[in-house]
Amino acid sequence: MIDFTRREFFKLSTATVGALSIDCSTFGRKKAKGETGTKYSFCDMCYWHCGIKVKVVNGRVVKITGDENDPLSRGKLCARGQAGIQQLYNPDRLKKPLISTGKRGEGKYREASWKEALDYSAEKLLKVSEKWGGPEATAWLCHCSCGGLFGHLAAAWGSPNSGGPAHALCIGGREIASKLTFGRPVGEHMPVDWENARFIVLIGNHIGENSHNTLMQDFIGALDNGAKLAVVDPRFSTAASKADWWLPIKPGTDTALLLAWMNVIISEERYDKEYLDKYAIGFEELKNHVSEYTPEWAAKITEIEAGTIVQIAREMAKYGHHAVIPPNRHVSWYGNDTQRMRALFILNALLGNYGREGGFYFAAKPWVMEYEYPPSKLASAGGGCGGGGGGLGSEVLPDNVRPRVDGKGEKFLYGGLVEPELFKAMATGKPYPVKGLVAAGTNLFHSMPNVPRVKKALKNLDFYLCVDILPQEHVMWADVILPDTTYLERYGDLHAVPHKTTPFISFREPVIKPLYDTKPGWWIARELGKRLGLDEYFPWENYEEYLNTRLDSLGLSVEEIRKKGIVKQPQMSKPYIKDYESKGEVVPFKTPSGKIEIYSKRLKEAGLDPLPKYEKVEEPPDGYFRLLYGRSPVHSFSRTQSNRWLSKIMRENEVWVNAKVAKKLGLRHGEYVALENQDGAKSNKIKVKVTERIRSDCVYMVHGFGHNTPKLKRQHRKGASDIALQTRYKLDPISGSCGLHVNFVKFVKSGGRVS
Amino acid sequence: MSKYAMAVDLEKCVGCGACMVACKAENGVPPEVFRLTVYEIEQGTFPDVKVEFRHDQCRHCEIAPCVLVCPTGASFIDKNGLVRLNATRCIGCKACVVACPYDARFTNPEKGYAEKCSFCDHRLAEDKQPVCVQTCPTGARVFGDLDDPKSDIRVALKDKKIHIPKKEIGTRPKFFYLKKKLTEEA
Repeated sequence: MIDFTRREFFKLSTATVGALSIDCSTFGRKKAKGETGTKYSFCDMCYWHCGIKVKVVNGRVVKITGDENDPLSRGKLCARGQAGIQQLYNPDRLKKPLISTGKRGEGKYREASWKEALDYSAEKLLKVSEKWGGPEATAWLCHCSCGGLFGHLAAAWGSPNSGGPAHALCIGGREIASKLTFGRPVGEHMPVDWENARFIVLIGNHIGENSHNTLMQDFIGALDNGAKLAVVDPRFSTAASKADWWLPIKPGTDTALLLAWMNVIISEERYDKEYLDKYAIGFEELKNHVSEYTPEWAAKITEIEAGTIVQIAREMAKYGHHAVIPPNRHVSWYGNDTQRMRALFILNALLGNYGREGGFYFAAKPWVMEYEYPPSKLASAGGGCGGGGGGLGSEVLPDNVRPRVDGKGEKFLYGGLVEPELFKAMATGKPYPVKGLVAAGTNLFHSMPNVPRVKKALKNLDFYLCVDILPQEHVMWADVILPDTTYLERYGDLHAVPHKTTPFISFREPVIKPLYDTKPGWWIARELGKRLGLDEYFPWENYEEYLNTRLDSLGLSVEEIRKKGIVKQPQMSKPYIKDYESKGEVVPFKTPSGKIEIYSKRLKEAGLDPLPKYEKVEEPPDGYFRLLYGRSPVHSFSRTQSNRWLSKIMRENEVWVNAKVAKKLGLRHGEYVALENQDGAKSNKIKVKVTERIRSDCVYMVHGFGHNTPKLKRQHRKGASDIALQTRYKLDPISGSCGLHVNFVKFVKSGGRVS
Repeated sequence: MSKYAMAVDLEKCVGCGACMVACKAENGVPPEVFRLTVYEIEQGTFPDVKVEFRHDQCRHCEIAPCVLVCPTGASFIDKNGLVRLNATRCIGCKACVVACPYDARFTNPEKGYAEKCSFCDHRLAEDKQPVCVQTCPTGARVFGDLDDPKSDIRVALKDKKIHIPKKEIGTRPKFFYLKKKLTEEA
């Protein structure tokens, strides 16, 4: 009837269109008559943090669109961002604080008041410190939406065993490599000068499938401008479907290809000599180093023809600094990830493209004052998706703080907490017992390799506290569960975004009041902090006060900023080398030498390779395939599988298998199989996708599926978990990045093995 | 009087699904169904492979089988060439669902009448683009008035070729694909 009213009405008049479109948005629910409003915020369905406009009718969120004024979304928004409504109204959300009444892992709980749950949690955490020798005995994993303030709380608490898994299990190797080479992070949004790029090489970079809004816009924009594209990937990705060249490389051999490209560009003298003379050190060492890595040598290793290797190298060099090899995000592949990314960055340097049109720009940060807290015991741990956990400093802990349990300094050189090693320590009690855990927005059973060891570690704990939005599997193991609000129901910290032309600060405020008995992450952190005797680190009464203090430094207030949701600082922008030199300023390559460090003295001094070498990776045993994994554009990791709209677009994942292999193994397209890895770990059932889009030595699946959680109805037993098959990882000696492409699987049909 | 048409540039679409969700949120489409879907077509043999993302939705045909077959006059073509639905006249007989050569119509599970893409006619009345076009991150979806030489769609048609699936059935659809070069039909 509503639909009829709207359409029929058009025949009569168009004067009431505004009201009619509201009818449309609330279609299927009650007819909207009351107050309509739009609020600005930024999205939290992934870490890209696009600016959004949220339409609210009668206190109900009905539509989320991209904010035209926001440099990240530019008015566009991906499927997940628009489906944020269905995270907010997910009926399976955590609704009240819960206290465990059974054994860990049994999932038996009783509801509690916030006061009781917080008092009890604080008492338990303090007891862990008392019994096990101090605050180091509690680990804090803080990620995702509520991460910021829990990182702050962890620093005030004083445990070095704190961080977020985006370092070791995602971008750490890339961040460390970029800092070692250019003295600059890559950061949250890759500083690639897409609009001026004319030749693009992607290596295992899944643009489109990872659905980063601005990146998709810029990537297709570059191709529309006529940029040529080569894609290196064992799988014919979405990006490959747009490419002029697809190089189906043998998995694990990317560094050999990169070295051979350097060999061609150097031996044929196609590099940017003037740029390297002026801005880089270590070129002569590199020249000698790569002389043995010929295209013929690389062809045998990579299974890409030598002629193709030479051709792509020449094409790249032809475009000079308008050619770019952008880094990808998730680089924890083989445990040699920092060196592979170093090779990628050095190749870019040979093209002379950092700080020049068509390559990488210097991403300028916007300015806003930090809140002045009293000095905390430790620096706040990073490890978020923005790249915070990738410091190169040799952080010296105060004398009275025990060192990290993950082996930093012994097993690896740089960077933030390596969570899989933390869980090893928790499981073994070595080097010292870690008996408390606070996990805020971190999915322990769907992001950490070796899940059985993670479970063993959790069983060893005296106290385990979870702060989350949904009753994910690992949440239902906690002793206390505190239900966080979604990003649409609370304030967030100001988000300062470095940008090529328009560095900006975006603002988040509650668009509706929290649903159920949930509380904002900032409130939970503060209330817990107060109970842990850390009041002085939360001197503000509410988040509005905190934000007003920071905004005051810009002459603004919450009242002002909410009108547009964003503050732009174009005056901070200096994207290219010439923007510094024309003003007589130092070009900001913030390495010890002030130049691009092709040869790394720091790595040499640490006893590591100063120039990247090719190292052979382990081959799949007979009958096994290397397990590769990636992203779906409609899901964020393991967070969105129960989303009502998104689950309808992609309900389960599939295992991609090469058509010839499928024929040989008798696998039919669409049939269900299980996968078993080299250690006997078996997956849930998963659908077979027989395809020509993948090599015959590997299989592929989208990450984040295979939950066994009846409390999340739409995701329970849908598809298989790649993490469940990743019982092994290889630790990168530089960054602590945990390489996950080192697991192998075979097919198991119901009732028996595939021969 | 306009002659509205929509196109998807197959070279720009990355299959991200933003259009699917935008349509659902804008038009209050029940969770179980979609007015538009995106799916992938794979051609060739390793390593010479091609992949395209195809879209299914109402084509707003000039000669619309769903309108011709509708026994009650619920389906009709309006003055702007949009195939529309008068829901009160719809008796849920599914004749249009069967007649549509593009499988673009379906029964609304909550309301019982025959649903489909409306080219967001309510937004057009406000001078806004259809929501799938507005949200598309890569600009693959273009829309406009075919009679207006300055419209986005006419501009897009200048340097790309039109590809109309099932062109031979002669319904003269106003939703089509754009590419530089035509490939064989999958």
